[in-house]
Amino acid sequence: MKSENQPGSNDKEVNQFLTFELAGDSYAVEILTVQEIRGWEPVRKIPNTPGFIKGALNLRGTIVPVLDLRERFGLENVEYTPVTVVIVLSINNKDHPMVLGVIADTVSDVLDLNLADIKPAPNFGVNIDTRYMRGIYVAKQGMIMLLDVDKLLDVDDLSKIESLL
Amino acid sequence: MSIDMAQFHQVFFEESFEGLDIMESGLLNLSPGEPDSEAINSIFRAAHSIKGGSGTFGFTEISDFTHVMETLMDEMRDGRRQITQTAVNLLLGSVDCLREMLFAVKEGKAIDAERVAEHKHALDLEQKNSGSSLQDESLPAHELLSGPAHQSASKVIGWHIAFSPHADLLKTGNDPVRMFRELSVLGELEVTADFRGVPDFYQIDPEECHLSWNLILKGDIGRGPIDEAFAWVEDDCDLAIQPLYQAEDLSLSASANRQQQPATESIVQAVISKPVDSSTAVIKEKAPGDEAKNKGSTSIRVDTSKIDTLINMVGELVITQSMLSLIGEHFDMSKQDQLKNGLAQLERHTRELQESVMNIRMMPINSVFSRFSRLVHDLSNKLGKKIDLKLIGEHTEVDKTVVELISDPLVHLVRNSLDHGIEMPDERIAVGKPETGTVSLEAYHRGGNIVIEVSDDGKGLDKDKLRAKAIEKGLLEEDAILTDKQTFELIFMPGFSTAEQLTDISGRGVGMDVVRRNIQALGGNIEIISELGKGSTISIHLPLTLAILDGQSIAVGDETYIVPLGSIIESLHIKEERINRVADKGETFLLRSEYLPIIRMHEIFKVPNVKTTKLSEGLLVVVEGQGVRCGLFVDDLLGQQQVVIKSLEANYRRIEGVSGATILGDGSVALILDIPGLVRLANQ
Repeated sequence: MKSENQPGSNDKEVNQFLTFELAGDSYAVEILTVQEIRGWEPVRKIPNTPGFIKGALNLRGTIVPVLDLRERFGLENVEYTPVTVVIVLSINNKDHPMVLGVIADTVSDVLDLNLADIKPAPNFGVNIDTRYMRGIYVAKQGMIMLLDVDKLLDVDDLSKIESLL
Repeated sequence: MSIDMAQFHQVFFEESFEGLDIMESGLLNLSPGEPDSEAINSIFRAAHSIKGGSGTFGFTEISDFTHVMETLMDEMRDGRRQITQTAVNLLLGSVDCLREMLFAVKEGKAIDAERVAEHKHALDLEQKNSGSSLQDESLPAHELLSGPAHQSASKVIGWHIAFSPHADLLKTGNDPVRMFRELSVLGELEVTADFRGVPDFYQIDPEECHLSWNLILKGDIGRGPIDEAFAWVEDDCDLAIQPLYQAEDLSLSASANRQQQPATESIVQAVISKPVDSSTAVIKEKAPGDEAKNKGSTSIRVDTSKIDTLINMVGELVITQSMLSLIGEHFDMSKQDQLKNGLAQLERHTRELQESVMNIRMMPINSVFSRFSRLVHDLSNKLGKKIDLKLIGEHTEVDKTVVELISDPLVHLVRNSLDHGIEMPDERIAVGKPETGTVSLEAYHRGGNIVIEVSDDGKGLDKDKLRAKAIEKGLLEEDAILTDKQTFELIFMPGFSTAEQLTDISGRGVGMDVVRRNIQALGGNIEIISELGKGSTISIHLPLTLAILDGQSIAVGDETYIVPLGSIIESLHIKEERINRVADKGETFLLRSEYLPIIRMHEIFKVPNVKTTKLSEGLLVVVEGQGVRCGLFVDDLLGQQQVVIKSLEANYRRIEGVSGATILGDGSVALILDIPGLVRLANQ
């Protein structure tokens, strides 16, 4: 997996990242994990799951769970609009390949990032969870949060959340 | 060569294990003293291809070992050796040994050299034994652990070979001349061609072979090299190879041998007894290996005719599609009928296509049944019982997943029948039954289900004993009233075993509940009918396929769920007066003098926007799962349809109360309800 490369492991290594927006902030995922980008369409609710699991989507015959990143990160909810997108990611959940859709406000750009320029995510203290972050990249237009997609659907994590519900 | 042979290993192992199964079932069907050439041939062929394959891949231990077995069988094939029970048992043991070797190689572990050497030694002894007057196989030197098998070779002074190739021999790329040249290296070769088959000049097809030959090969030569020369053409010719003897040697050595026989026989017997003893151990040890096999082998062998049908179907579909697009290009209302016809055709083709695709996953249940002949053979020897195994309907086709998963439960049931069901021969005679007990395995289709029955004519289940045992174990109240069926079902309770004496075959009380759980996991159920003194029948009902399900769609709020049609008993409107509320928690309703709990779907799945929360305004779908009945409160029934089951777990995880998902006609996802799971959820 590419995402296991430690930042700075190779000064010259450049990877492409897809950037998207959530509540005005820029986030990015490695482009090789992106399978496709779709417009939002209503999904089938899955009962008794955490609220950020919006439901299941039919992706040409495969059932794919859809996760709202705003809710996952505790940002305020918005109505889904025609520009709301679902980014379909192929992730690796504990060596188990899975397909996951994540809801983002808009997709913005594809950037070539030098891995050496990625700074580790700062410790924000206990209140903010940096587990899903791979690092931060400081671009001209502002900071971009790089996500570790493999950890988004951590099943242990999900059951912990559920037990709290 | 730079070809990576490892890519073919998987295929080799699959074929080899298949070959071993063939050998095993062939050997079990061989009766001593009755050489059935077809059976021996098929065993021999299987051994031969394992030997060839393992040689190619460089698994020399396996090819050497198989070679020794092959030699023995070769002699049986030619009638040079009597088929004795000893020899058959020995070969069965060797098949086990070979299977272990293959497993070891597959898993990359070391082969148990000691065990292999033991078997090889036994085979060598057997080989020198009864058939040795005619036996002259010259084994490669390193295989001869125990003295020369060469001792009697001098008696054979040569071979007479009648070789008449079929007309198409040359087309397979084989050249008789080259084969003769190979033979002539072995010894002095006399070739006489037989021209009788040659047609008139004008009718001759230069690509066909019309000649046949009589060959005399003189010299001290083993049968092996000769067979090898003809190995590639075995199926394309009529071949008779007979040894030439010096007359006086024959009678002399035969009598000498008869004296020698008893001694070696006993040694062989001693060695055999070991592997047979360990056979149960082998079966137990198999579990991890089986697991690996289930994980590793993802390929499936499909009858070519099935694929041909499929291709035909796709062809039809393409034609229909192009017809429809033609209509669509210049469509006006006058073509409406054409369009309707086209769509009807499309629907038919799609359904047929679906059926034949499903068919690919179907395989005969024989692949499971066949291994039981061995199990029964071994266990009946061990238990000292006489048991016949009857297989009925072994060509019934079942889904591949079912075949893989049903095997362990069946093994358990058959062992139970053998161990606890069938009585000892003298007991049987005492109660006036035939000495030999019968265990039968039967498979057949009924409705959309496949039924597998394991029955025996043994002593049956004792209802009073079952009851007493259940009370003793605290599984049953002393004054409980049970029907016969309920009493028999007690054996499926965890921790229940009536065997007075635990054996290493069965009776530890951890079986039947696991069996039932496994079967229920496959969406099936298990029933037992028994009569004391007459025997028991256990029937397993399983859905035909695990990939498609007949479903009823129901509406709850904005959501659509699918209920498996098989679990629905009925759907009804309920009147207020038939509803009972228990301490405003649980709700039940009265259905034909039975109180059934009500599960409100919108509550346990937290669905908003339902049409009504008043029970009398909605619908109750009465369902049954794992023996529990309940009413599901839903807004509406939508329609029945066949749905393709998709996994939710593949990309997410298990959801309690949901067994999977499917895709509806409009492309949206619907969840399939798991009734037992729902009941559990509602009880929490």
